Amino acid sequence: MNEPLLSVENLRTYFYTGSAIARSVDGVSFSIGQGETLGIVGESGCGKSVTALSILRLIQQPGRIEAGSRIMFEGKDLVTLDDSAMRHVRGNRISMIFQEPMSALNPVFTVGDQVAEVARVHGTGSRRDAWARAVEMLTLTGIPAPGDRARQYPHQLSGGMRQRVLIAMALMMNPALIIADEPTTALDVTIQAQILDLLTDLQTRLGTSILMITHDLGVIAETASRVVVMYGGEVVEEAEVKQLFADAHHPYTEGLMNAMPQIGAGRERLNVIPGTVPPPTAWPSGCRFRDRCSFAWEMCEKEHPPLYQISAGHTSRCHLAVEPERRADPHLPLVEQVGATL
Amino acid sequence: MTDAPLLSVRNLRKSFPITKGIFGRKAGEVRAVHDVSFDIASGETLSLVGESGCGKTTTGRAILRLIEPTAGEVMFDGRDVRAMAPAELRKARREMQIIFQDPVSSLNPRMTIGAAIREGLTIHRLFEGSAADARVRQLLDEVGLRAEYTTRYPHEFSGGQRQRIGIARALAVEPRFIVCDEPVSALDVSVQAQVINLLRDLQRDRDLTYLFIAHDLSVVRHMSDRVAVMYLGKIVELSAAEDLYREPLMPYTQALLSAVPVADPTVQKQRILLEGDVPSPASPPSGCVFHPRCHHPAKDAACAKIDPPLEEKAPSHYAACIKQTPTRITWDDQAIAGGVNPPVRYLPVVDQLQRPRNPVPPNGRQP
Repeated sequence: MNEPLLSVENLRTYFYTGSAIARSVDGVSFSIGQGETLGIVGESGCGKSVTALSILRLIQQPGRIEAGSRIMFEGKDLVTLDDSAMRHVRGNRISMIFQEPMSALNPVFTVGDQVAEVARVHGTGSRRDAWARAVEMLTLTGIPAPGDRARQYPHQLSGGMRQRVLIAMALMMNPALIIADEPTTALDVTIQAQILDLLTDLQTRLGTSILMITHDLGVIAETASRVVVMYGGEVVEEAEVKQLFADAHHPYTEGLMNAMPQIGAGRERLNVIPGTVPPPTAWPSGCRFRDRCSFAWEMCEKEHPPLYQISAGHTSRCHLAVEPERRADPHLPLVEQVGATL
Repeated sequence: MTDAPLLSVRNLRKSFPITKGIFGRKAGEVRAVHDVSFDIASGETLSLVGESGCGKTTTGRAILRLIEPTAGEVMFDGRDVRAMAPAELRKARREMQIIFQDPVSSLNPRMTIGAAIREGLTIHRLFEGSAADARVRQLLDEVGLRAEYTTRYPHEFSGGQRQRIGIARALAVEPRFIVCDEPVSALDVSVQAQVINLLRDLQRDRDLTYLFIAHDLSVVRHMSDRVAVMYLGKIVELSAAEDLYREPLMPYTQALLSAVPVADPTVQKQRILLEGDVPSPASPPSGCVFHPRCHHPAKDAACAKIDPPLEEKAPSHYAACIKQTPTRITWDDQAIAGGVNPPVRYLPVVDQLQRPRNPVPPNGRQP
């Protein structure tokens, strides 16, 4: 594989709250190649959004990126970059699409102004050029009558339109990487389909890399080429998208897939993962998923599992990789054994 | 249906006035719900699905008179809900409960969850004193929470736990009918599955009847006996869940189903991409409300003029589309309205004789 565009190495982002340390992201590593779409999937509190914010250094007090973390992008380590150089990266080389298109837009400026602002901040060309570029980007994202829409305010646009405006804003400086943090979660399903279509289309045309962060395995299956599954602030599994869906190794990934209601399925009972995600201030010792896992044994309590290589390009943080015969022997997870109702 | 339905809704309408100026001059109205009719049999789950602003939540609330309907009829167990006096309505609410979408804002942050669940028992004078305490503990146990949680406050719980509290609160007064308004859309996948299973277990054990309101078509698939699809305040398709998912008849339903992302990268889907956004319910399109976005090959000028009735296109499968035969709108009438494309069977209607027997028995429950 040639040089990756972005490589995150042992990223740890901790939040120092009064009494405890929340280890929201705890040793995450992955990389994204040129023109690739990497999906990060996980439930609330798994650290996926904090990972995204860390890449752009948008972590605020009391949060901190710990020493030893490295985020290599175009030959520079973003963790140690000075603020003015970081500003040049943000919105210019790496841009972000947020989940809530309403709160990400300023209600008192027209959307055209806000899209054009990106170019003005990064100091390219005149006001007039910036506006022309903004209208061009709005056209690219499929907004009808972009010239008129640019003069409107966010509240005059629908949710889908606002998300297109955010995408236009992200594309302004022709970035190498777009981080999309739950870009379609707030949208209706038909609008979601439009936006996902747009993102895939733009990627093939512009060759931008995308980091797609979502909780929806369906969105992952339709957009990503490689997937990172996160749980408890760690990467628990990484694989090519087809490999992951065909042959998930980690019990959490498996559980997540089985818990998802499928549109093609019948009316049978859903399989559940018992219990809830532990708080980031108190990850369990050993394997962080062991309380909820139906294969856990003593080793899972004693030893924190490393990322085992399952096959080429497929890794899993589960001791089942060394004792695969235990997969035939599921039992009640710990949370159910101790009768700890949720 | 052989026996009378538990809930029967006829031509329900709710419109909200748009006012202008300081005197509140009426400048127009938003047709949130327009002529919605359906029945729900005892023990059945009917789902209302649709995108934001289609009127599904308003329908659910109008049935319980949490919002006063503008017109129409709501019969619950043979009684006319709209004609009830306030005291009578309060009594009836013991049998008709609601579970809200947002478990955070629907619980009072200053009330312990024990007190929140107990409130209904006190209002309806069902249990008092230690009997009420015991009942609260039993309810918590039933929804899978520890009985000692009664003295805790809502902020101490996770989203999934709060939704369980909401369910316990609704169950406290032993209702027969529950409106579930997006009960799982705020939850994570693994927790969502737990709550869906809980709702289904409770239905089986207590013979509950649900009106399940959701926008997530895969969740609806797991919950429903029958499904009604809403668009701009109207029901555009209504049928047994199985039929609807196998063979959607209304072009909007087809687009909606095709838009759901499938968690299988090997599937190459034929996606129907809808153009544009849902029009404003303040100025709905003429004729068929869906016609500006419709992809039906036979769409023509008649679609913009004729408001399609909800017709039975296949056994117990209703859809509102004049281009889908059989239809009561004759070709002559369509031609007068500007139609040039005759209504041929463009949509995949299976021959009624070859159709598998509808497995849903009359009372709507599945074995």
